[in-house]
Amino acid sequence: MRIKTTILFSLVVSLCMASLGIAAEGAAVQEDGKSVAFNRAKGNCLACHAIPSDPKAESPGNIGPPLMSMKARYPDRAKLRAKIWDATATNSDSVMPPFGRNKILTEQEVDLVTDYIQGL
Amino acid sequence: MKRKLVYIIMAGLLLGCAHMGTSHIKPEEDRSAMINLYKQIFPNIKFEDYIYGALAMNPDARSQYDDIMAFPPYSMDLDKGKKMWETPFKNGKKFSSCFPDGGKNVAGNYPAFDNAANRVVTFENAINACLKANGEAELKYGEKEMGLLTAYARSLSDGMKVNVKVEGSGALAAYEKGKKYYAARNGQLNFSCRSCHVQGSGKFIRMDQLSMMIGQASHWPEFRGGTDIVTLQGRFKQCEKNVRAKPKAANSEEYNNLEYYLTYMSNGLPMQTPVFRK
Ligand code: HEC
Ligand code: HEC
Repeated sequence: MRIKTTILFSLVVSLCMASLGIAAEGAAVQEDGKSVAFNRAKGNCLACHAIPSDPKAESPGNIGPPLMSMKARYPDRAKLRAKIWDATATNSDSVMPPFGRNKILTEQEVDLVTDYIQGL
Repeated sequence: MKRKLVYIIMAGLLLGCAHMGTSHIKPEEDRSAMINLYKQIFPNIKFEDYIYGALAMNPDARSQYDDIMAFPPYSMDLDKGKKMWETPFKNGKKFSSCFPDGGKNVAGNYPAFDNAANRVVTFENAINACLKANGEAELKYGEKEMGLLTAYARSLSDGMKVNVKVEGSGALAAYEKGKKYYAARNGQLNFSCRSCHVQGSGKFIRMDQLSMMIGQASHWPEFRGGTDIVTLQGRFKQCEKNVRAKPKAANSEEYNNLEYYLTYMSNGLPMQTPVFRK
């Protein structure tokens, strides 16, 4: 009985820790995606896009549309990622830099940014 | 007799066609199409005000600019340019001897196209040709001395309307090359000049409002921050560096053709040199 409780207890603890770990990782992803998006040497998305939901998104440009309600407008993550990867693929006249195609961002950074943007 | 007349008429027609094909018509169409586009984007900005670029879009910035221009911070630099212009060469002649009317109201004719050499001649090229013809050392393109000298030399043409001519097949080819360069995507960030100054004109990239390309070429060199002299081709370099493209050299064929095209697009607008930019 005692052994059983111990096992159960450690199981609960480890499960708990695992989920804590996941939560921490999720927040980190959000944070990393945001920093890649904001960094002038990386995404520099604010050069062209406002991010109205984020008070830290200061003095944005307006060459592109504001990034908001993204889940509703891009329910398909792959489409959103493709837009960030190479906007000229669907709109040859787009002035948005092809972040993936021209290796401005790495695959992983494009993923991070996509997750961050989809959460807006 | 009748036959001869027909030949003459035919030859005339042919010449006329060739003329239409190679000179005015096409560049002039480009220019009016561009003006019409900007009229739609900026219905409240007068054509004459295009020379103020982004300042024309922002009355507050424009009035600050006017205040600064009343007592320009670069007047000492301009005096240096004046001194260079007026100092006689070893042979006793001066720069003014190389240009009609002592160099007054000539800068707006540049860049010109030299048919014999089959290339674009910028005002800077004409300055160096003058030095060479008088046995003097030429100035380096894109460097401060050339900037200061041309800032003063161009000021002798203040108020002159930009008057670049594209006549003949060589000139048209150079114009077309400049136009192509203007629209070609470049650099890791994949921008063309057109992306920012045509598609983006009036919009903000961060805090910077993007100027229209018409009127961009009528006021060079300019003093950024009041004292930092920048030539037109120096500005091309800065814009290209910003998009992580590899800038071309000052006086390269690419930049001279680009300057030819861009300045043609400012035809009819008054020159003013130099100007202040932040
Ligand atoms: C130089 C300007 C510029 C930069 C920098 C830029 N974009 Fe864009 N973006 C645009 C323009 C213009 C459009 C609209 C035209 C189009 O569809 O390509 C756009 C469209 C978008 C769209 C589609 C929006 C919609 O409503 O359909 C998304 C998503 C997007 N951008 C995300 C980003 C992200 C993320 C970054 C940074 C990693 C970024 N953009 C950087 C100019 C830019
Ligand atoms: C990524 C955007 C971008 C691109 C691409 C770009 N520029 Fe610019 N350019 C700017 C900004 C921003 C300014 C400063 C604000 C203004 O005057 O438009 C500027 C200023 C200028 C000016 C000075 C205007 C003045 O009156 O002071 C000229 C001339 C110019 N650009 C020409 C070019 C040419 C030619 C190209 C291509 C080789 C080019 N630009 C490409 C953003 C760009």
